[in-house]
Amino acid sequence: MTSASHPSRRQVMLALPAATAMVYSGSGFGQTGPIKFGGTLPLTGGNASIGKVAQATMQLWLDDVNKRGGLLGRKVELMIYDDQTNPTLTPGLFTKLLDIDKVDMLVGTGTNLIAPAMPLVIERKKLMMGNLALGLNDQFKYDKYFQMMAYGPNGKDELARGFFEVAAKLTPRPQTVALVGADSEFANNALEGARNHAKRLGFRVVYDKSYPPNQVDFSSVVRAIAAVKPDLIFAGSYVADSSGLIRAAAEIKLKATMFGGAMVGLQVAALKQQLSGVINGLVNYELYLPEPSMQFPGIKEMIARYRAATAGQGLDALGFYVPPTTYAQMQVLEQAITATKTLKDDVLAEYIHKTTFKTVAGDVKFEAGGEWAEPRILMTQFQKVNGKELGQFDQPGTQVILYPEKFKSGNIITPYPIGG
Amino acid sequence: MVPLIHGLGRAPHFVLNRLMEISTILDLLANALVAGVMLGGFYAAVSVGISISFGMLDIANISHPAMIMLGSFMAYLINSHWGLDPLLIMLLIAPLFGLLGMGIYRVYFQLFESREKDPRRGLAFFFGLLFVTDVLLILFFGADLRGVETSYVDTVLNFGVVGIPLRLLIPFFIGVLVVLCMHLFLTRTFFGLAVAAVSQEPLGLRLMGVDPVRVKQIAFGLSVATAALGGAALIIIQPVEPALGREYIGRVFAVCVLGGMGSMSGTLFAAILLGVAESLTSTFVGPSWSPAVAFGILLFTLAWRPSGLMGRT
Repeated sequence: MTSASHPSRRQVMLALPAATAMVYSGSGFGQTGPIKFGGTLPLTGGNASIGKVAQATMQLWLDDVNKRGGLLGRKVELMIYDDQTNPTLTPGLFTKLLDIDKVDMLVGTGTNLIAPAMPLVIERKKLMMGNLALGLNDQFKYDKYFQMMAYGPNGKDELARGFFEVAAKLTPRPQTVALVGADSEFANNALEGARNHAKRLGFRVVYDKSYPPNQVDFSSVVRAIAAVKPDLIFAGSYVADSSGLIRAAAEIKLKATMFGGAMVGLQVAALKQQLSGVINGLVNYELYLPEPSMQFPGIKEMIARYRAATAGQGLDALGFYVPPTTYAQMQVLEQAITATKTLKDDVLAEYIHKTTFKTVAGDVKFEAGGEWAEPRILMTQFQKVNGKELGQFDQPGTQVILYPEKFKSGNIITPYPIGG
Repeated sequence: MVPLIHGLGRAPHFVLNRLMEISTILDLLANALVAGVMLGGFYAAVSVGISISFGMLDIANISHPAMIMLGSFMAYLINSHWGLDPLLIMLLIAPLFGLLGMGIYRVYFQLFESREKDPRRGLAFFFGLLFVTDVLLILFFGADLRGVETSYVDTVLNFGVVGIPLRLLIPFFIGVLVVLCMHLFLTRTFFGLAVAAVSQEPLGLRLMGVDPVRVKQIAFGLSVATAALGGAALIIIQPVEPALGREYIGRVFAVCVLGGMGSMSGTLFAAILLGVAESLTSTFVGPSWSPAVAFGILLFTLAWRPSGLMGRT
């Protein structure tokens, strides 16, 4: 005898296989929905040029992973909120991601903008995969934080290391250095590292000043630097400032043994095109260049697909700066989830700490603080930039890698500017 | 000056060194003064619209910097597609910006002024307009830096030890001309006098048969039209990206208030004063002190003369 409230033994036996399939279809009981990756990006505001490129790259990875069947048999979704380049917004946005959207994995590519959200992330014991953040975990020392820009364990020193290591090998050896940068966290960190290296290598600092982020005209700054006749000029600047400093330097015919350092903006197509030959001689940091020493598996194809996907959107047309590490950060999470077959943050963090990952940005291994175990901030020199054709930047030799030795592809030409 | 000193070959070394130092300082001073004046002219170009809308019409148009960015991006768009010079572009688009300004004022009037609402609510309206413009620019143009191609942007005129980049000189002239034209218009024409009268005595204006709302609408349109000129000046100086406008909010209002509300000559004078202060501070003290010195001048001036340098007491 059966009724709606009392199923028969036959009905239970028929339902049993379906119930079993439900239990084993996902990573846990009833877990058949999509896996949600969530985070914040600066899609508007001063860092929008970084955030929008990162979003496009993450979308590229998302399409790839879903074409391959998703992760753990489940479709992957991406939930990104705009933090408007305003760090005060990130705690609220991460609260929404965790409490309302209930995302499984946290990602972020927005420099140190996610710092105010870290206490929340730590409280919830969530794994955080960041990018382009400098020294963010120095204070938190959180064991589930990982960061994809190749700063290494001593990030603040690493950004400037290559510049000064190259300078130290020059003959005759430079004696003096001028330090200039925007009055902001990134530039201040870069200058702090520069001071450490200058002291370590015995360079005398003859100018050490910051400028406000809304500085319009840099001719007064550059003239003041020129007046002290430094051998080296290290600058930590953002995109618009980098353009202003370089133009002002060209206008007053600034000369130095080396000029450059941590100037953001020179890594992307817009500024390379606009400044063109004026940048020849600049020695500046990069994360990736299409030099023979950096042909990692999949990188060329990924960049080609990024360019095709973002054509006409007003984003970085080259794709050398943000896309490789952004795609790689998603690959790390993908490989970790696939290998451990779980979304549990503890298990994933432990796996990521002990594994070397094969990514489009090369082999990646993390140290205890979540940074790359082996730093890889390239120091490069523009040598053969001519005209505004973007294709020249795909050619080896236009911009050569000077440091580290492992990736070196050319020798420095001094003084700055080349031929000046 | 330096070659002359090198010619004094027989003077003792310390004297030569001292002369070299003085010579360097004088070179820096001359260049800082000239750069400051050039910069001031540019500040006048981007501030004159606020002097009209805020100084004369009592409308705190916070979105004015966003209109400047819109002008810059229009200059970029037309320059990159048709190769027109930004100086020509700004003359072509200024009337369109004027019409845009008139439309914005009509909305503002309907929502706030006609209902005698608290003017601070209008501030929220213009903040919203600022953010909407910001996002629209990102949607249409992307977030990357955009610049213009001109034959003169890399040219520097050298007069002895002083070098003047054309990318600063031209915006200086734009600023001076805009301020001069506005000054003549507002003081020598009936409509200009009506603009000056509209915030002081709108009823009196009505009794003279002039519609104060229409006057304010056209004046507001003029203020937004100047944003087109300021935007073209800005993109000649440096490449732009959509969020750059927010950096100018404090500056443009500081120039307006320092110069004296509604005074065109005060706007130019204040802009040049701030430009020179910033340039001298950048050169001899350190660039990070520039905002403190500039706003210190503003505070001191207001403490001494609350109506501003050339405002009516």
